[in-house]
Amino acid sequence: MIGPMVGFQTLFYKEVLRFWKVAAQTVAAPVLTAMLYLLIFGHVLEDHVHVYPGVKYTAFLVPGLIMMSVLQNAFANSSSSLIQSKITGNLVFVLLPPLSHRELFGAYVGAAVLRGVMVGCGVFVITALFIGLHYAAPWWIVLFALLGAAILGTLGLIAGIWADKFDQLAAFQNFLIMPLTFLSGVFYSIHSLPAFWQGVSRFNPFFYMIDGFRYGFFGQSDVAPAFSFAVVGCFFLAVAAFAMYLLKRGYKLRH
Amino acid sequence: MAAIQITDVEKRYRTLRALGGVSLTVEEGEFFGLLGPNGAGKTTLISILAGLNRADSGRVTVHGHDVVTDYRAARRLLGVVPQELVFDPFFTVRETLRLQSGYFGLKRNDDWIDEVMYHLDLSNKANANMRALSGGMKRRVLVAQALVHKPPVIVLDEPTAGVDVELRQTLWKFIARLNREGHTVVLTTHYLEEAQALCNRIAMLKSGKLVALDSTANLIHRISGSQLVLRLASGSLPDGLKPLVSHPDQLLGGNQYTLRVTDYAEVEPILARLRQSGAVVEDMQLQQADLEDVFIQIMESEK
Repeated sequence: MIGPMVGFQTLFYKEVLRFWKVAAQTVAAPVLTAMLYLLIFGHVLEDHVHVYPGVKYTAFLVPGLIMMSVLQNAFANSSSSLIQSKITGNLVFVLLPPLSHRELFGAYVGAAVLRGVMVGCGVFVITALFIGLHYAAPWWIVLFALLGAAILGTLGLIAGIWADKFDQLAAFQNFLIMPLTFLSGVFYSIHSLPAFWQGVSRFNPFFYMIDGFRYGFFGQSDVAPAFSFAVVGCFFLAVAAFAMYLLKRGYKLRH
Repeated sequence: MAAIQITDVEKRYRTLRALGGVSLTVEEGEFFGLLGPNGAGKTTLISILAGLNRADSGRVTVHGHDVVTDYRAARRLLGVVPQELVFDPFFTVRETLRLQSGYFGLKRNDDWIDEVMYHLDLSNKANANMRALSGGMKRRVLVAQALVHKPPVIVLDEPTAGVDVELRQTLWKFIARLNREGHTVVLTTHYLEEAQALCNRIAMLKSGKLVALDSTANLIHRISGSQLVLRLASGSLPDGLKPLVSHPDQLLGGNQYTLRVTDYAEVEPILARLRQSGAVVEDMQLQQADLEDVFIQIMESEK
């Protein structure tokens, strides 16, 4: 029986199965890492830093950590899958069938979003057991988590297409993704920065992902959530269009 | 309609010309051999056919579907066994085949997957992880992956490189059956006896150019006749027979000579001349030329 969406569904399923078979490494370990961040930063800074009135630093930190876990794991999923397949040569199994560039994009990014959201949910559930979290606008939380994961899944796809070796992928991750994530306000509000760095932060699209996500919890943010949504949405459309262009051209995939 | 139509395909990798205007047609139901030394352009041509590489110019179609503009239809009709021994270490044999089937749009394909595994002696490895398989078993899975969607055109790029006799026999028995059932088969191999036994038509490539294209029988008949191998107990080869010697170094010494003959009728006059010169034949063999002789002659003539 031949179905029109079966190719896409199969590739999506394969990408999910790939990370799920090693869930201790791809899901449980990142949750534990986030908990360690929370334990250490929360313990050290709890009484020293106050960002929003009436919000403890640990509570402020949780949404940032959840979002950071979502973003890092979404990126790791698509980028590692693609680079491993390229280097081992088994990417040929995906390139030989009649899969379109849209199906490839949808499956790789979809699985990356799922892993990012699963890790984010893991962090959320465990922190909720210890810290009383409240949600001012849950739909903003869902929207920014999905959009953020989709953006990083797409960036992972682009990095995986571009990189020929693991060290090139590591460079993309360490010199681009990590700085953009850490300097986006995961651990602080940009209002605590000097004016110059506040201005610089506003050019970082990751800042809008985390700020909008945090708004969903506290009903407070550095910029209006609708504006953050517009920035993040446009950024996603731009990176998605670029990734699909690369896939359609077969850049570094079909020689 | 031709199963595969390749028209004036060119491909360069920077300064290297991999293919320089190759054109050929493979008809439906053929068992077609694509031969050539390493670097001749065989894998590049197959990669262009499969959509893994893109030609700089020219056109390739599978059952009339262009491999670039109508790639979905073209790829559905193709099953390609890649040359490299690649596998996905995350999955078992059955998972690998189900996934490959799904990529081609096929759901609930286990009956055919079981049949393919049975014919390739993979049934008892169905639930084994790909990492745990030997090289030969991994090669069988590669073949099975190419066949999961029952492609009308099967392309095998050196499928028996480095595998044992048992797999070769299993593989060729199954592929020959598929060919009899109407599947077109394109084979590249360095084992010329395999090509001679299986292929009804053969193309030879050298340095990206097509240097021969004919039926296997015609190639063997046209390029080279038979060989008469003589060992003399006494005497020497008469001067009149020396131009027939196919290996000139045999004239430098020794008592064994390989003579080219185009017809069995030439044998008796040769023996008569030997008798006249007083030479005594100790041993004599008449050998039919094979594809390897043809291959060597064509490749040497194209130097």
